Amino acid sequence: MLESVFSIAFFVQSLRISLPYALPALGATFSERSGVINIALEGIMLISAFATTVGTYYSNEPFMGILIGALAGMLTALLHGIISVTFKADQIVSGIAINVLAIGLTKFSCQLIFHSSSNSARIVGLEQWKFLPNIPILDNPFIVGTIILFLMLQVVLFKTTFGLRLRAVGEHPEAADTAGVNVKRMRHLGVLISGALAGLGGAWLAIDQHSFTDGMTAGRGFIALAAMIIGKWTPYGAAGACLLFGFAESLSIQLQSTSHAVQFIQMIPYVLTMIVLAGFIGRATPPAADGIPYEKE
Amino acid sequence: MKKIFLSLPFIAILLCCGCGQKKPEQLKTSELKIGLVFDVGGRGDKSFNDAAYRGLERGKRELGVDFEYIEPGPGADREAALRQLASRDDIGLIFGIGFIFTDDITNMAKEFPHKNFACIDYTVDFKKVIPPNLVALVFKEEEGSFLVGALAALITKTDIIGFVGGMQSPLIKKFEAAYVAGAKYVNPKCLVHIGYAGVTGEAFKNPGKGKELALGQYAKGADIIYHASGVTGLGVFEAAREKQKLAIGVDSDQYHEAPGYILTSMTKVVDNAVYDMIKAMNEGTFQGGRVITFGLKSKGIDYVYNENNKNLIPDDVHAKIEDLRSKIIAGEIIVPYQ
Repeated sequence: MLESVFSIAFFVQSLRISLPYALPALGATFSERSGVINIALEGIMLISAFATTVGTYYSNEPFMGILIGALAGMLTALLHGIISVTFKADQIVSGIAINVLAIGLTKFSCQLIFHSSSNSARIVGLEQWKFLPNIPILDNPFIVGTIILFLMLQVVLFKTTFGLRLRAVGEHPEAADTAGVNVKRMRHLGVLISGALAGLGGAWLAIDQHSFTDGMTAGRGFIALAAMIIGKWTPYGAAGACLLFGFAESLSIQLQSTSHAVQFIQMIPYVLTMIVLAGFIGRATPPAADGIPYEKE
Repeated sequence: MKKIFLSLPFIAILLCCGCGQKKPEQLKTSELKIGLVFDVGGRGDKSFNDAAYRGLERGKRELGVDFEYIEPGPGADREAALRQLASRDDIGLIFGIGFIFTDDITNMAKEFPHKNFACIDYTVDFKKVIPPNLVALVFKEEEGSFLVGALAALITKTDIIGFVGGMQSPLIKKFEAAYVAGAKYVNPKCLVHIGYAGVTGEAFKNPGKGKELALGQYAKGADIIYHASGVTGLGVFEAAREKQKLAIGVDSDQYHEAPGYILTSMTKVVDNAVYDMIKAMNEGTFQGGRVITFGLKSKGIDYVYNENNKNLIPDDVHAKIEDLRSKIIAGEIIVPYQ
């Protein structure tokens, strides 16, 4: 059994499973660093998965679909931004509303376009597009792209002026405002980035599955939020937490067929989450102004 | 005073509703419609629910019986959906599709004694009486699963096969147990990998998880995987395509989901069962309070062997499976179901 756990196939599977957690978790990091709680990730992913499917279905170009998926994610995020940043409404309520909207909207549109409210037609995937063929992990353009995004955005968040301003409006918007930073614009940008990244996560689900299925995100957007918290609102931390989730889920898949205590094994990711939350990381402190709309004095 | 004016429209509506109420007797049985509530997965699952829908369409085409259906959303109240249909005067027969309706539809049948109900995959509890206006439609999936298990064990080149289930439940366990028994019956050294997508109804609609489960089993040497997992199974087919391996479909003939990669499908004639009930209602011969069982004998359960998959199944293997079929029908093989 050990060789199956420590094989390359197992490692690649862990990466694949963590991908749809990692992209929205990275997005959530940017949104919350700017001071906006984004629990709409689940809905954004679902809408993007659908948009990707439609885009790929009509263009027959998976990258076109992925682009449309990311744009749809940004558009949905813009809605969240307008409600919670421009109109200063409760960010949690706006997020929940978008999640519920996404379920209905995708089902309805799926019925209109594919004449079934639960499944789309089949679309082309990324089989023809290998980044470095014959090398595991590096052959998948999505995994490579995600790794690059993480490396890049960690630098953007902590080493650039833009990142400093983004963090400033999340920690102390009054001070940032006094220093001449446009708080609302930075927050809108944070939410838009989170929409694009969560959109890519949704796009991956649709492309990997070659179709859209009603409710196919299956709670991944919420798990991404947990990963962001475990990762202490940093890109690398979120990546680590998502790999942990992916590893645990992959482990439960590997062990399932040799053991009958399936319920127990399926518990592993959540038990791991609690252990990590309670033991290893100490206090998880969010950005000081996270979730609080900014009122200009 | 203002309040009274405001409430006038509502009173008017209430009165109109009262006048509009017709007693069920006023409509002839042939004018009645069919109501149907789908299982998790809903229409377009290309499997179980779609088979039920085909039954409805056939009823409309051949008998002219109109229908309405409800697809409960995630976490939606199935009981409310059933009640909504049952309380309509123009609906005479209500279907619940899936074992998950068992308790709700039993309660509804008691609450609406003048309406007829039918439930596919009803979980029969011998300690309880089935209401006289409810028909339980039960399929012996274990018989079909036994056959496809034997088929997989005869076709496999690695002596390793797999099973992907949706929600961990007695119903799906029945598929698993019989599949394993069938495989071991013809090939005792055949190893079967087992995987389940989850422990809730949502496990029937998580194709991403289905794909990963299947990829895991293929990586461990399995070359044929049987799924009993609704929409989740579409992920199993994706994995089969990706790894150029075989998969076995369930409920409907799923060949067209991944042509060339579907060894066979274990079929349940849910469409015929639905159609038969509609016909019985239309002719006024609907009789509740009983269990109708569909198995290999009545061809209510079968496996697909046709032009599409003939080239995947050698003639001697097919002959062996047919031999097993007659043995099961004759009662020489008792198929386990747990």
